[in-house]
Amino acid sequence: MADTALAHGADHGAHHTTTGLSNNKLGMWIFLGSECLLFGGLISTYMLYKGRVSTGPQPDQIYDIPFTSVSSFVLLMSSLTMVLAVSSAHRRDDRNTNLWLTVTALLGATFVGGQVYEFTAFYREGLGFTTSLFGSSFYTLTGFHGVHVTVGIIMLMALVGMVRRNRIPGSKAETVELIGLYWHFVDIVWIVIFTLVYLIPS
Amino acid sequence: MAIIERPSTEIAVAGGAPSGVKPSEALGVFKRPAASTSWKDWLVTVDHKKLGIMYGVAAFFFFIVGGVEALLIRLQLAGPEGKILSADQYNQMFTMHATTMVFLFVMPMVSAFANYFVPLQIGARDVAFPRINAFGFWCWLFGGLFLNSAWFLGGAADGGWFMYAPNSSTLFSPSHGIDFWVLGLQITGIASLTGAINLIVTVLNMRAPGMKLMRMPIFTWMTLVVQFLLLFAMPVITVALFLLSFQRSFDATFFDVAAGADPLLWQHLFWIFGHPEVYILILPSFGIVSEIIPVFSKKPLFGYPIVAMSGAAIGFVGWGVWAHHMFASGLGPVSVAVFSMATMAIAVPTGVKIVNWIMTMWGGKLSFTVPMLFAIGLVVQFTIGGLSGVTHSVAPSDTQQTDTYYIVAHFHYVLFGGAIFGLFAGFYYWWPKIFRKQLSESIGKWNFWLMVIGMNMTFGPMHILGLQGQPRRMQVWTEARAGEGFFNIGFWNRIASLGSFILAVGVLLFIINVVYTHKSKKVAIAPLDPWDARSLEWMTANPPVEHNFDSIPTVNNLDEFFHRKYAEDPNTHEVRQVATAEEVLAELNAHPDEHIHMPSRSYWPILVSLSLPIICYGLIYNRLLMGVGAAFLLLTMFGWAMEPSTAPDDDFDPPAPGEGGGHTKELAPLG
Amino acid sequence: MSTATEHASHTDHAHEESHGASDKQYVVIALILAALTAIEVSTYYVDFGPLFMPTLFVLMAVKFVIVVSYFMHLKFDNKLFSYLFYTGLILAIAVYCGALATFKFFLQKG
Repeated sequence: MADTALAHGADHGAHHTTTGLSNNKLGMWIFLGSECLLFGGLISTYMLYKGRVSTGPQPDQIYDIPFTSVSSFVLLMSSLTMVLAVSSAHRRDDRNTNLWLTVTALLGATFVGGQVYEFTAFYREGLGFTTSLFGSSFYTLTGFHGVHVTVGIIMLMALVGMVRRNRIPGSKAETVELIGLYWHFVDIVWIVIFTLVYLIPS
Repeated sequence: MAIIERPSTEIAVAGGAPSGVKPSEALGVFKRPAASTSWKDWLVTVDHKKLGIMYGVAAFFFFIVGGVEALLIRLQLAGPEGKILSADQYNQMFTMHATTMVFLFVMPMVSAFANYFVPLQIGARDVAFPRINAFGFWCWLFGGLFLNSAWFLGGAADGGWFMYAPNSSTLFSPSHGIDFWVLGLQITGIASLTGAINLIVTVLNMRAPGMKLMRMPIFTWMTLVVQFLLLFAMPVITVALFLLSFQRSFDATFFDVAAGADPLLWQHLFWIFGHPEVYILILPSFGIVSEIIPVFSKKPLFGYPIVAMSGAAIGFVGWGVWAHHMFASGLGPVSVAVFSMATMAIAVPTGVKIVNWIMTMWGGKLSFTVPMLFAIGLVVQFTIGGLSGVTHSVAPSDTQQTDTYYIVAHFHYVLFGGAIFGLFAGFYYWWPKIFRKQLSESIGKWNFWLMVIGMNMTFGPMHILGLQGQPRRMQVWTEARAGEGFFNIGFWNRIASLGSFILAVGVLLFIINVVYTHKSKKVAIAPLDPWDARSLEWMTANPPVEHNFDSIPTVNNLDEFFHRKYAEDPNTHEVRQVATAEEVLAELNAHPDEHIHMPSRSYWPILVSLSLPIICYGLIYNRLLMGVGAAFLLLTMFGWAMEPSTAPDDDFDPPAPGEGGGHTKELAPLG
Repeated sequence: MSTATEHASHTDHAHEESHGASDKQYVVIALILAALTAIEVSTYYVDFGPLFMPTLFVLMAVKFVIVVSYFMHLKFDNKLFSYLFYTGLILAIAVYCGALATFKFFLQKG
């Protein structure tokens, strides 16, 4: 009876599904597909409005490309550490999983810190949320992205806690992988934002 | 978020009274709710069937609310110089009528049917993410109530259901009505998005063995297409709503013309959502009648693959036509031409469906039961509405029609005559499966005919009114400006208002039918398969047991249930009945599955969703309240995450055949 | 018991293979991404002339696809995931570029 229970329990990581694919993973990819429409709308709003500045600073006057480049690099590297976390999770290496998850969260927090610094600098230079169309659209787009990163950091830290307490039943590796997918998505949105918003001046 | 098992002994009940319930082990912070049949069970259920019923009851309530709003509008326009509603009240009334009907009636009623029947139709035991399913329901309900609370808090939204900018700004609409509208729709939008993810994964991943995509019932197919539309359209309106709420609450400049903003941005964002939205409203009803017409024609659906694929085609092409709502907005001739052609194209797959339904009936053995009457009603009335739609696609003629009552006629024909008639067909068709009794056919026929007469009398004249020049959202008409002749604007408005009350009586008859059917002692319990149906949801008890099927069927055919009842003689090609529904069900249950895992009840979905209106009231009134709501959200989300998605093994063995009435099932304790 | 661990490690190995790159390869990919980012940033300092916009767009697209294909494993996973994600992406690009086009966004100078 114990053996059957164990064997049965071992199956729970991979439910039988019609496609053979995990429900959770399918759900996450579908969700990310829909997020493309969300960020697409915010980016389009920004692209439409950035050139229609009536008051306040213009994009090419206010951006600090060197600073933002470093921020972008930090976020990019956090994708690497995330992938290493997933890899450790697949090897059932809890210690390294938590190590890389924590580093990813720290890099993410650094990125968010950079964003906050950047926003306050822009504000001091005269670009507020309500100053102009550029201001409203810029802060909304990058703000949404920043909130997504922050939510990601919270999920990473929660994951670290749950891994430590062995609280994730079933396939732990899959949960890490799914949060990894979310994290990489947030990174690729930034790849697009960095190019379209920062590097292409108005 | 996989199927959750319960660690305790419980009694799952599908109609009888529980004989004893043991509370579950403590998990997480509080004890997990145990099974019962009290009202509390409904608050913590994750069962797709119960959620379907809740969606349906709440949606019908909002149907009445939206209907009363419509009747007030028609009363105001029933005579010259109407004094029923002031201009301000009138603006609120037509805004809320449309918002309620679209977001709080048709969409959730579609969810009701989809939730109840899609798992049954594909041979599954529930949806992929049951707690998220429950969460979606509560988000929708709280969002709808939040939205309507505006009536009591300074006035409802008054910018029209498509809330055009800059009319929607605080300058032109200073009350909080639009804020309630914006935030309420954001909350209900969560239900749509999570429901979409849930149902897509369910349909792709949880089909019974042998249930290939091209063996699924058309209702499930249409639901799948609709979920993809929701998945991709909801984020677009989410962006639009955020931009508007940031403008209204935080003085962002997105639609501030003085700051250089372009009001067309709102229109694009709204209609990129809005056009797929109308296909979201109609495709499920197309699915419902695609089930009903074959059953009552005693013929398989003509051209099943074409019907499935044309639904997908409508969903796909539907993304390319949104600016036909903007022909008169100054887009320019190139844009207008492109969208005009795309709109003409989309009539084709729709027309294909109409042909397929007619060809299904052709040569069939027709029985005009009430579900069949409503289904045929959809075919006829949607065709009329579709034809007026085709006239809109011709951009020059649309330039005259747009923003007149001609448009109002068009969309009420397709939405009321189409979508809502389809939903009523679904009520009558599936009622015996859900509620164990068939609604009265005789009251049903009165219900149907009064609705047909009422509907056509209300919306038919609106074509003429539009061509006579009556604009949309017109609050009042006068004899002096009603035009010459007897059949002027005044005449047709009077007819339309009269028709609306006949329509209301028709709807009332439905309610009377429900009450009569369930109160009367003369109405018998329905048989398992009263209509001699074709699909898997009928291969269950009345109503289905909590775990849906004692054993998951293996599917070998399209219309699997039909093929289990009937066989074709290989020599004479005569189709004869080889088994009754009861025999088919008994054979299915003869070898019940072992180790059935059912998802456990949970109170986290309702708690997490409760935080959302708190945050939104806070955003409008008191930022501290917003903080409290946000904290509650974080805490409850954390609690949910801590609740195990897979508890220790909890096997559920149905009783051996012959034992029990198939209603009460005892869960075997862990060995 | 030992057979169980052997079996587990065997499945893990097969599992890993189906998941694409090794840790070392991931680092290499990250370095490539960093190099591409450096080229992107260089457009701020160096005048690329008419190649400015195309370079940035190409680099952005290449980085995007690399992260999606390798870090997110889409290249090695079941094609269904690719269909679902890229449908959303392409739909987003199509409708939003369509809307921007009606604003004559792509006909502007500069």
